Amino acid sequence: MSTPVDTKPSGRRRADAGVGLSERRKAERRLGWMLAGPAFVVMLMVTLYPILQAVWDSLFNFRLTAPGDKSFIGLQNYGVILTDPVFLRDLGVTSLITVITVVVELILGFALALVMHKALKSVRGFVRTAILVPYGIITVVSAFAWFYAFDINSGFINHWFDWLPGISEDTNWFAGTWTSLFVIMASEIWKTTPFISLLLLAGLAQVPDELTEAAEVDGATWWQRMQRVILPNMKAAIMVAVLFRALDAFRIFDNVYIMTNGAYGTEVLSLLAYRTSIGRLEIGLGSAISVLLFLCVLIICFVAIKLFKVDLAGNQGGK
Amino acid sequence: MPEHAKHGRRRRRVRWAGVTAVASALLLSGCGAPDSTPVLTWYINPDDGGQAAIAKTCTAAADGKYRIETSLLPSDAAAQREQLARRLAAGDTSLDIMSLDPPFIPELAEPGFLAPVPQETADKTTKNTLDGALAGAKWKDELVTVPFWANTQILWYRKSVAKAAGLDMTKPVTWDELIEATRDEKKYLGVQGALAESMTVWVNALVESSGGHIVQNPEASADDVKLGLETKAGKKAAEIVSTIGKEGLGSPGLPTQAENESMLLFQGKKGSFMVNWPFVWPATNASVKAGNLDKSLVEDIGWAQYPRTMADEESRPPLGGINLGVGAASPHVDLAYEAIECIVEPKNQVEYFVTNGNPPSDSTAYDDPSIKKAFPMAPTIRESLKHSAPRPQTPYYNEVSTGIQQHWAPPSGVDPATTPKKTTDFIIAVLRGERLL
Repeated sequence: MSTPVDTKPSGRRRADAGVGLSERRKAERRLGWMLAGPAFVVMLMVTLYPILQAVWDSLFNFRLTAPGDKSFIGLQNYGVILTDPVFLRDLGVTSLITVITVVVELILGFALALVMHKALKSVRGFVRTAILVPYGIITVVSAFAWFYAFDINSGFINHWFDWLPGISEDTNWFAGTWTSLFVIMASEIWKTTPFISLLLLAGLAQVPDELTEAAEVDGATWWQRMQRVILPNMKAAIMVAVLFRALDAFRIFDNVYIMTNGAYGTEVLSLLAYRTSIGRLEIGLGSAISVLLFLCVLIICFVAIKLFKVDLAGNQGGK
Repeated sequence: MPEHAKHGRRRRRVRWAGVTAVASALLLSGCGAPDSTPVLTWYINPDDGGQAAIAKTCTAAADGKYRIETSLLPSDAAAQREQLARRLAAGDTSLDIMSLDPPFIPELAEPGFLAPVPQETADKTTKNTLDGALAGAKWKDELVTVPFWANTQILWYRKSVAKAAGLDMTKPVTWDELIEATRDEKKYLGVQGALAESMTVWVNALVESSGGHIVQNPEASADDVKLGLETKAGKKAAEIVSTIGKEGLGSPGLPTQAENESMLLFQGKKGSFMVNWPFVWPATNASVKAGNLDKSLVEDIGWAQYPRTMADEESRPPLGGINLGVGAASPHVDLAYEAIECIVEPKNQVEYFVTNGNPPSDSTAYDDPSIKKAFPMAPTIRESLKHSAPRPQTPYYNEVSTGIQQHWAPPSGVDPATTPKKTTDFIIAVLRGERLL
């Protein structure tokens, strides 16, 4: 790269950059637009249009099987939803699942990333493939596998672990809120930890060996090297991993839908949106829930990017 | 170029030529020869191939007047409703014939999504229809669909357990007697306590059996619906559900137990009595044949009318089944009804019962000797269908049913003093748009 050493240009420099562009840069930019343009237009059609349609629909009292009774009610749907205990409970469950799964996945993922990073060259490929297998399985399939493993009629978990306190042949995992959530989260963690570990592995690979070696020569312990050298140098990778997973976890649907269908206090927001718009055919109310879910996701993005300063382009030198 | 590479390329070329030829043949056969026979699409619920077979029979009988093609709907009733409602609301013209679950018919009939049944078809197809099945095919006293097959739950019991408990199964039994017998014999009672449609089926049968109705005025608009759970009938129903749940009589699996799970429980060591649909019979026989169950089990199984809620009042067993409707936007309404007349012919219903285990809605079909051979309990089913009561026939059935499920499952959480009122308040608030479901 022929640019100066300062890889993080200040805001002012970035703003100035647009004024004195050379012909070559202009042509590059045009080419960029031409290459990305079609995809951008398709994106607008398949995402922006439905989002706007949902916002519009959310202002109506509209039931699909009573098209004649459609009426404009302004923000009333939002009033009903935001004061409803069902929405608040679902928001709580969704947030809980998000926080717990992301934290556990981050710890496990980091451990796995270290294993993959340090694994001998001869077994590295095998280790990576083995760790990635759960991520390659379709969520619905893995949800069914976990469901049947824990199900009181067909499951083997009760037989294998009945020596543990609290587990017996008669443990019905899906009859209680906490036991159901435990299985749902365990399945979620099992399936997506590889994703986080891959992102973290990429981060680990970017920590220059010279730094860790220098620290080692200076007599730093393993823990000190980790704390002072490795972690600070892969902060960007960690934050990107957390952000991506948090957004994903907040929109959790398949696992809950398959295992409990939201029964006994395990309902999450996307399931509520689904049941309202698709199950009850209440297009207005359901759209309002979807819009609120979308806003929640936007807030998570905003918090992550602004408060925790996740720099999504941090590793490309700010360009 | 090495020889083997040349060969490889030639082989590939030959293979490609083959693929192209097959593809063109397929394309030509698909749209080549102009076939002017109108095609009727029949949206069927999954079964063991019975509806597809009837479609073939009727296509052959039509002699070129129409051709029936089947299209498979999702496996559970709620998902079938979702798909059909969305297609109907969008004016899908391919919905010529639809297999419909009775509780969802009012919701589709009210906005005019179903084409009216011609009088001639109604006369021809409902002459001998069993009362319960006919009631489920109507909306606002008018026939809006044609009954195809009718389902009902009966009481299945293990002869050994009934004998040990000293119950005379030739006489009607009550829920209280069953609870006592199960408790004394330390067995499990087969009921459906999962948060699912089967919960509403159970509660509705309990309420109806003591003369009540879950919805008092099913034809009312959303704001005026009145529920009948805060009555003696509703309270008694809550007592039964609560006792079974709290005393653990329905097994630890009760909170997640729907029809299939309760059948497995009934087949097991602690099985005693069970309310369930007739599919239990072919399913159990198939398991015996496959060697998964002992033959002595089948000999131990008996059947009787659905248990009574009140000792002096006839029980009102659950009603299920499938009716056939025609989409209002179909370009072939007349032909579709003509095809339906063929589909629901008693001989087709008999064949369907024998091969797929779904009981006829036509009373004369039960006289067929092949039915008596395959289903020794056919007379009990026929009798049960006579007394069966449909679930609330309201366009808001989905709200009512989900509201009940959320408050009556798990059964151990039901409190006869508060649950009926809580359920009523909740469903009314949902219908008025003040609460989320």
